Amino acid sequence: MPGFCRPGMLTWSNLNTNDLHLLVHKAPLSTSLPAANRLAWLVLCLGLLSVLTLLSLTLGAKPISLAVVADSLFGPGQHPDAIIITEGRLPRTLLGLLAGAALGLSGAIIQALTRNPLADPGILGVNAGASFAVVLGAGVFGITSAAGYLAFAFVGALATTLLVYLVGAYGTARLEPMRFVLAGVAISAVMMGFASSITLLNPWAFDRVRFWSAGSLDVRDLDLVLQVAPALLLGIVIALLLARPLNVLGMGEDLAVSLGSRPRLIHATAVLAITLLCGASTAIAGPIGFVGLMIPHIARWMVGTDQRWIMACTLLLAPVLLLASDIIGRLLVPGELRVSIVTAFVGAPVLIWLARRAQPSGSRT
Amino acid sequence: MTPARLSLAQPVPDEATPHYTEPATVRLRGQHLRLGYGDRVICPQLDVRIPDGSFTVIVGPNGCGKSTLLRSLCRLITPQAGQVYLDGRQIRDYPARTVAQQLGLLPQSATAPDGISVLDLVSRGRYPHQSLLRQWSPQDEIAVQTAMQATGVADLAGRAVDELSGGQRQRVWVAMALAQETPLLLLDEPTTYLDIAHQIELLELFRHLNRHTGRTLIAVLHDLNHACRYATHLIAMREGRIVAEGAPGDVVTADMVEQVFGLPCLVMADPVSHTPMVIPRGKVHMA
Repeated sequence: MPGFCRPGMLTWSNLNTNDLHLLVHKAPLSTSLPAANRLAWLVLCLGLLSVLTLLSLTLGAKPISLAVVADSLFGPGQHPDAIIITEGRLPRTLLGLLAGAALGLSGAIIQALTRNPLADPGILGVNAGASFAVVLGAGVFGITSAAGYLAFAFVGALATTLLVYLVGAYGTARLEPMRFVLAGVAISAVMMGFASSITLLNPWAFDRVRFWSAGSLDVRDLDLVLQVAPALLLGIVIALLLARPLNVLGMGEDLAVSLGSRPRLIHATAVLAITLLCGASTAIAGPIGFVGLMIPHIARWMVGTDQRWIMACTLLLAPVLLLASDIIGRLLVPGELRVSIVTAFVGAPVLIWLARRAQPSGSRT
Repeated sequence: MTPARLSLAQPVPDEATPHYTEPATVRLRGQHLRLGYGDRVICPQLDVRIPDGSFTVIVGPNGCGKSTLLRSLCRLITPQAGQVYLDGRQIRDYPARTVAQQLGLLPQSATAPDGISVLDLVSRGRYPHQSLLRQWSPQDEIAVQTAMQATGVADLAGRAVDELSGGQRQRVWVAMALAQETPLLLLDEPTTYLDIAHQIELLELFRHLNRHTGRTLIAVLHDLNHACRYATHLIAMREGRIVAEGAPGDVVTADMVEQVFGLPCLVMADPVSHTPMVIPRGKVHMA
């Protein structure tokens, strides 16, 4: 009877495997050439990041030499400028590194998850939820301390993302990223409406919130940064662990299941990571746009479609943009331009350039 | 390649038996399955056994539930009642990765991430064999290279998948499914959107894989003549039920085709393969 052979024998008898071993060992892996390119990009990003970290510590209203920076960070710190470093520039540089990585990675996750290269972590309602909670805290509960805003904003971001996730996932057998996007947009709009009505009725709250909602890295308090650092670091670790599952999910849910991944688990974990990353960074620095949208794009252009490389590249490159914007803001005008405004100025032209490119990067829907 | 995982102890079907209908071993089967989406029940009650080492082809008219059955066999839909068993254990009781090492799928519509290279796409088939700590091994490399050689896409390794022709792209997807190295492989309408030459080429490849690597293949096909020529085990479905089952030479008759498809036809021997060949009568030519 034709068609039957020994079941269970999985051999590639048509191919000479000896030749294959030769081929594998003689020729370099076909991936190795792009891998070298990717590595070069990564090294470049790392170099940029180191330079900008140093610049962020030295540049500002008062330029401070590297020797003094080193002295105030690691030495006795006797120099009169040491306080500028430890109270001002160290917290903001540290925050720039953490928040930058957080915003970039949450953008990379949401773009991979929705298979939409123009998705922004904001569509899950994180920013709107945090803003609404801060308005609520200032306008209704009379919160004035930075730590109070932090707590309100973080809880607001968390609660809103959870709500968006539940609305988006409710009652569907299959997960449809588009439903999350729609739920996020709708719930964000409602939150924004509430926040506006509170600030319109309460000018004092409006005044307080005005500064929070123009994002800034200038926190002047290392303790605040250290408070959000665990959430941010946890989010970063989860994001990096998600890279491989997101690769598989990128080929559609059917294949993801057949390759042994669990799409629902990936979705839930991804939303958790975005909430931690975006919620914590928005809570402390206020809403900062464009980083999460733009950097994963540039990362894809540099290193291709593998999420592991995209994440690694984003992790290094996003803080570069945030620190650079922050430094530009410090130097450009005497009173300092807020970082969210500078990222918008830098981000808008890049976005236009991306939109005009013939072959947009990222995944198709 | 890793025989420990595969059931080597299975008996070899007797080649001398003229019509071999059911082997002693069945790794994948469904029992008392009720399949559907919400209130819409597509298969009310269905038992199915996939003979090991067979090239099983499921045929039937549109909407008869053949894709639904295939999807239930690979965990893409949960049966409303009944169970799918793999090696005698309910498939949902296994860890997802364990099933993925035994059971692969070539879905009807798969999306390639934009700009991904052929090599990278095929490499993703290795996912169930990798872990966070063991990301890429020589075994993975050999599996990927072998899968690309077997499907004839090795020369395209560096090309972007979206630049390829439809036939090439489909072979790349097959290579990805082969790189997964599963003893059982499900194919959901693998020849759709391909021209006749590419269809035959792909079916020949499947037959080759089935005969020479011992993989059990389960495919949904639209073309009854392709099914007759390539299947070793045919499952004909109508309205959510299995109407006929067995070797094509045994089960394909004019009556069966009329019963399943409502198509008056003539069944003759294919002059090339000597398998049944279905020739529709049509209205115009009926005297």
